[in-house]
Amino acid sequence: MSMNDLDALEAQSIYILREAFNRLDKIAMLWSIGKDSNVMLWLARKAFFGHVPFPVVHVDTKHKIPEMIEFRDRVAKEWNLPLIIGENTAALAAGMGPHLGRVSCCTALKTDGLKQILGEHGYTGVIAGIRRDEEGTRAKERVFSPRTEEAGWDFKDQPPEFWDQFKTDFAPGTHLRIHPLLAWTELDVWRYIERESIPVVELYFSKNGRRYRSLGCAPCTGSVASTASTVAEIIEELETTKISERSGRAQDQESEDAFERLRAGGYM
Amino acid sequence: MSSTATAHVQTQQSEAPVSNASSNSPMKIVVVGHVDHGKSTLVGRILYETGALPDGKVEYLREVCEKRGMPFEWAFLMDALQAERDQGITIDTAQIRFRTEARPYVIIDAPGHKEFLKNMISGAASAEAAVLVIDADEGVQEQSRRHGYLLHLLGLRQIAVAVNKMDLVNFDQARFEEVKAEIVAYLNSIGVEPTYVIPVAARSGANINSQADETPWYGGPSVLQALDRFEPAKAATELPLRLPVQDVYKFDERRIIAGRIESGRLKVGDTLVFAPSGKSARIATIESWGGNHVAAVAAGAGQSVGITLDEQIFVERGQVASLIESAPTLSHSIKARLFWLGRQPLKVGSRYKLKLATAEHVVEVTAIERVIDVEDLANHHGAEVGRNAVAEVVFRGKAPISHDSFIANPRLGRFVLVEGYDIVGGGVIAEADTVRQDHKSSNITFVDHKVNFENRALGNGHRGGVVWLTGLSGSGKSTIAMEVERQLFLKGWQVSVLDGDNVRHGLCSDLGFSPVDRAENIRRIGEVAHLFAQAGMLVVTAFISPYRSDRDRVRAIDPELFHEIHVATGLDECERRDPKGLYKKARAGQIPEFTGISAPYEEPIVPELAVVTDGKSIEESVAEVLRYVEATFSLSAREQAVGWGL
Repeated sequence: MSMNDLDALEAQSIYILREAFNRLDKIAMLWSIGKDSNVMLWLARKAFFGHVPFPVVHVDTKHKIPEMIEFRDRVAKEWNLPLIIGENTAALAAGMGPHLGRVSCCTALKTDGLKQILGEHGYTGVIAGIRRDEEGTRAKERVFSPRTEEAGWDFKDQPPEFWDQFKTDFAPGTHLRIHPLLAWTELDVWRYIERESIPVVELYFSKNGRRYRSLGCAPCTGSVASTASTVAEIIEELETTKISERSGRAQDQESEDAFERLRAGGYM
Repeated sequence: MSSTATAHVQTQQSEAPVSNASSNSPMKIVVVGHVDHGKSTLVGRILYETGALPDGKVEYLREVCEKRGMPFEWAFLMDALQAERDQGITIDTAQIRFRTEARPYVIIDAPGHKEFLKNMISGAASAEAAVLVIDADEGVQEQSRRHGYLLHLLGLRQIAVAVNKMDLVNFDQARFEEVKAEIVAYLNSIGVEPTYVIPVAARSGANINSQADETPWYGGPSVLQALDRFEPAKAATELPLRLPVQDVYKFDERRIIAGRIESGRLKVGDTLVFAPSGKSARIATIESWGGNHVAAVAAGAGQSVGITLDEQIFVERGQVASLIESAPTLSHSIKARLFWLGRQPLKVGSRYKLKLATAEHVVEVTAIERVIDVEDLANHHGAEVGRNAVAEVVFRGKAPISHDSFIANPRLGRFVLVEGYDIVGGGVIAEADTVRQDHKSSNITFVDHKVNFENRALGNGHRGGVVWLTGLSGSGKSTIAMEVERQLFLKGWQVSVLDGDNVRHGLCSDLGFSPVDRAENIRRIGEVAHLFAQAGMLVVTAFISPYRSDRDRVRAIDPELFHEIHVATGLDECERRDPKGLYKKARAGQIPEFTGISAPYEEPIVPELAVVTDGKSIEESVAEVLRYVEATFSLSAREQAVGWGL
């Protein structure tokens, strides 16, 4: 009965997921196919006793690494997930890609793709697996984080959030982002994957001395030098590394505040 | 399953799942203090000293600073946002991690700028210990005091004071002692004993990691040593069980009550009582999902659980489950110390949504007892509480609020207030014996099947019921009833009179005075009176109601609610009074079947009260009835506090 740190994180995330499910009319969970959102899905199944009582949305940029799509379709079937796949068809038809600028591409295919599917289904709550330790702007996030009608994030005037009393009242037309993994670290995620035997895409494991630490679209996601080929080895590696997790994500490095601008505009 | 997942299963089977990383939760530290006293610098330096910075981060920031032609600032590490760098202040609470040999930490950098109080609260409310940074040169400033006060208000007791920028005062011991005396005096005045007061120069690193050469006169711990000596917060397993219901799931054949155990423990077979309904049932199972989890038979504070009950009692979000011997307090009024973040001031008479654990209540501010100036701790009487102020306020809920005092159980002793779409304040609840239990009615008019008789009684401060006055025409029933109604109404009661003449104009206008019609008349009135009573009203009826059998039928609708009062004025006296000239007409044979003259009056054999009015003033008779009503229907202080169903 005594709780360790993973038990405490798990209990808190379950509490957040249950709050979102109870307080909001129409919610969906974003599934990027990455390790974090796999953990989040797992936590949802724990929170709701084997059920995932809301749609799981994957915004497909058509630039994802093929293994990710294969993994998505297989796990969705095995776990019987209510999967919805969204894409910005207009932008894709117009030939949007990173050659037109990484930030523009991310905005069009991910942010706008997400906005389209939100508008289409009228979701008032979107559960996303971001973590505070990933990056500075995410460190500032709230667990229940309001978005404007244009899905914008007003990071200068965020609501107070304390004692696990979350912002669950919001104006019509706006929506909330819910972040159940905000307090987790990359290391926590891997230790939990190990403890719970949660499946992840093979790309995370070292092949020929390189592995992916963070997964995104093929053109903008680079691998890092690593020999870690099991979850245990990844944990060992992370306990000593000083290289930041998103170092392989090219869109963040476009300018000093590239990622902040992406997020203010509605990116996860 | 992927081959990788299969590999995990194998490792799990062969070895305990926890890696060699610490299995301790990180301790949460908040860093507070006046603007520009060096909080971000201190945090940046701690990260540097403990090797917590990613490779290249310091170099990257050096570059950025050079590009902008600014001197290097440790604070930039924390100020990751563009807007912050431009304004030169930390806008929001960031959470950054580091670890010492002793344990991991999450450090929360709280902003010092006054208007950003809500962000400071957002960070500090979850902290286990605090570092209060004070500029050695400037000394104690407004926000030093305000933040110190808020730490105290939030229940933080482990506080280290870092007297920073000692380099600016040449590490002068006298200046340090001066600043130390000033802040210790202030903290002591609010009942806080700072654990350590440390002379520091964050910019150069003096007394951050180890004892600095510059302060040979200081024998205490460095900042990091002080942090390592703090105690981690303990889960509240030793306090009484509190399981606020978060949701009830029926995904399959199971009806699972979900919630997080805020304090205490539970096990299969325990009898849970749900407040405020007072309903109870036993825990049949503790549910869980996940491949390698065996069914639990017990759970404790901090765990998000799902349970099933052995009986299908009505349970909904907002109720609090506890063990029968240690239920939470249930009352309409709560007194709290609160910090106000709203743009509009809080005023007496304003209504807010109060969120306590998973419950939501509509509350009204009934009193602002004092507004506290955190600078000098002076009390002010005020009609309103402005933004960023602290005050002691009394709230009254439309429905009873299940709670504990903050001192007894912080998890059920704190709440937030919502106005419109926004959280506008937070409060901690004073101990119950300081709460004045007033009887003021709260004009509850909503009718909802989720509101039971007890809820209504607690809402009104009195039970609903039927006070049935019976007696001869002219005995004084209507006069007494109307005056009792007036006086109870002035005391805030939900009270209404059903009077014979008025009813006969509407509800019973089709009925005459034959025994059959009289019986039907009384039956209808009895039913209506009980509907009112069940809705929480005290109903006073004034009908001759001469037949015992008719009155007994009314009593039988709900014997608990029915109180028969015989207005026992003799026939002679009634005939002498004859206020409507009816006796005269009856004697003249103009009114057939007139009670007492040409029709019988059957006196109650054992009425709850008999009032003899002969030779008494109206006031005396009214007072007699009022005494009975108040003694019978008022709630005791205990019932107001805990309800009577518990």
